[in-house]
Amino acid sequence: MSTTTLLFYLLAAAAIVSASFVISCHKALHSALSLMVTLLSLAGLYLMLYAPFVASVQVLVYAGAIMASFLIAIAIVKNVTTSEKSHSNPDWIIRLASACPLIAFFFYAFAKSRQLFPDRMVVAQGSNTQQIATLLYGEPGRIGPYTLTLEIAALLLLVAILGAIIMTAIIMTKNVQITD
Amino acid sequence: MLPIATFHYLAVAAALFVLGVVGVLTRRSVLVSLLSIELILNAANLNLLAFSHMWGNLYGQVFAIFVTVIAAAQVIVGLGIAIAFLRSPNTSLRTSIGTSPDQT
Repeated sequence: MSTTTLLFYLLAAAAIVSASFVISCHKALHSALSLMVTLLSLAGLYLMLYAPFVASVQVLVYAGAIMASFLIAIAIVKNVTTSEKSHSNPDWIIRLASACPLIAFFFYAFAKSRQLFPDRMVVAQGSNTQQIATLLYGEPGRIGPYTLTLEIAALLLLVAILGAIIMTAIIMTKNVQITD
Repeated sequence: MLPIATFHYLAVAAALFVLGVVGVLTRRSVLVSLLSIELILNAANLNLLAFSHMWGNLYGQVFAIFVTVIAAAQVIVGLGIAIAFLRSPNTSLRTSIGTSPDQT
């Protein structure tokens, strides 16, 4: 067994085991920390797929910033960190059974289409980050194919931040009664 | 032992996706549901990168970055909703969003 194969199985096992901890831990804090392990091992898998920029974004933004905001939210909402009496819904067997057709579908699709996925290497022309930047921002004098999409994504982030501020700060301080 | 091909990455992504779906369906707490949605998005990311590697171009990696942006926006809005509702004095709202009322 080569080192690459060993590394893949190690990272895949770490990702799947910690992902099962995410959905089985009783405390939300433990789930968040397990998800951090999942994200870091997925970053390793991204490196094996010759995607170093996405892997660094995964570590810095996903495992860093997003999970930090998750931990802050768990710290704010203290009652969620206390252990739940029954941590799952009472009809969890039905819900678990409803996910089984999904698993069966994945197995069927993989069994049918396995030979359709050959292995291929990325042909290296310039650095990975430079090529992604060319796709996102374009070259001098010419915008890239995804420049407009990038601007829309930036606008979406701005709107999301404003919405979060309105929902938490303004609604909480004015103590608005929201009725359902 | 087979060499590591695209298929293996797709299998890992499918396992993560199913775990995320099970977490969204079975867990009661809204914060853990949000964490499971992160698992689903990461499975999609792994699929995008595996296919990008298979075809030898970078479009999948660009879309993986966009998925990360969408995930960040979703986490911001979802946590805002969760905090605003879980801290609201209205107890029935807290029950309807997914935590049991005896936890206060």
